[in-house]
Amino acid sequence: MTEDANSMSCAAFQAQLPELIGSGENIAADPHLRSCELCRALLADLMTIAEAARQLFPIVEPPDRLWEQIESAIRNEEGGSGQR
Amino acid sequence: MPQSSSPTQPFDPAPPGPVPQVSAAESPAPAPISPSPPFARAASPPQVEDDALAQAQAGDHQAFAQLYSLHKRRIYSLCLRMVGNLAEAEDLTQEVFLQLHRRITSFRGDSAFSTWLHRLAINVVLMHLRKRGLALVSLDEAMEPAPEERPGRSFGAADLALAGAIDRMALERAIDALPAGYRLIFVLHDVEGYEHNEIAAMLDCSIGNSKSQLHKARLKLRDALRIHSRQEARR
Repeated sequence: MTEDANSMSCAAFQAQLPELIGSGENIAADPHLRSCELCRALLADLMTIAEAARQLFPIVEPPDRLWEQIESAIRNEEGGSGQR
Repeated sequence: MPQSSSPTQPFDPAPPGPVPQVSAAESPAPAPISPSPPFARAASPPQVEDDALAQAQAGDHQAFAQLYSLHKRRIYSLCLRMVGNLAEAEDLTQEVFLQLHRRITSFRGDSAFSTWLHRLAINVVLMHLRKRGLALVSLDEAMEPAPEERPGRSFGAADLALAGAIDRMALERAIDALPAGYRLIFVLHDVEGYEHNEIAAMLDCSIGNSKSQLHKARLKLRDALRIHSRQEARR
C-alpha cells in the first residue's frame, strides 16, 4: 500500500471513529485497525485518556456557607419582590 | 421535543477572543489516581427528587433546600471544571440555584429535571465566560472552536502511542487548556459520565455532534499529552 493510499485509508477510518467509539461496537475487529499500527496507537491513546478521565474524582463538595449565601439571596429577592 | 421549558434563552453571537485559560494552581488539590473501578454516576433517588421538586414548585423552601442538597455537588463540580477557580465556581453555583428558584415553576417535565438543571447551569457558565470577555459566547460557538484550536491530523504522525500511563496533573492541565466547548463535552461525558443523548439534550445539539466534539476533545488532549511526554523524556 502506498503512503497516500494508507493516509486515505487512515483518514476514512478516523472519520468514522467518533461514531464507532460512541456506538460501543467492537472496533478491534475493523480490518483497517488490524493492519494499521498508527490507528491502533491512536485508538489506544483515546481509550487511555477516557479511562484516566473517569478517575479524576469529578464530584467536589461545595462549602457549607454556599447554601447560607443562596438562602440569603433568595430572601433578599423575595423581600424585594414583596415590596413592589 | 419542544423546548418551551428551556431555562435559558440562546445567546447572541459575539466577537471571538482568547480561549479561557484556567490556572492549575486554583484547581482543587490533586489526588492520586485510584485503582478503583471507573466512576459511576449516582442518581438522585427519583421519588425523593420528584417529591421535593413538586413541593419546591409549590413554594416550599425546605423542599428547595433538598433539591440543592441533591444537586449541589454535580453543579458545583461542573462549574469548577469549567472556570477552574473556587471563588468563581461558588458564585456560579449560587447563580444557578438562584435562577432555579426563579424559574422552577417553568419546569414542566419535558426532560429529566437533572438535564434541565444542567442546561441551566451550562448557560450560566457560558454567560459568565462571555462577561469575562473570553471566547465562549454561545453553545454554537462553543461547539465549533476556531481552526487553530482544533486537534491536528493524527495520521502520519512520526511517533506513536502515549506511554500507556497518563500523568494525572498533565491530564488536568490539558483539560483546563481545552477550548471551552471541547472541555464542556469532555467533562460531561468522560469525567461526569453522561451519555451522548443526555449531553445532546443539555446542549441542544445532535447526538452525532456530541460524539464528534468529544472525539475532537480527546484528540486535542492526546496532542497535549504527547507534547508533555516528549518534554518529560528530554529531562
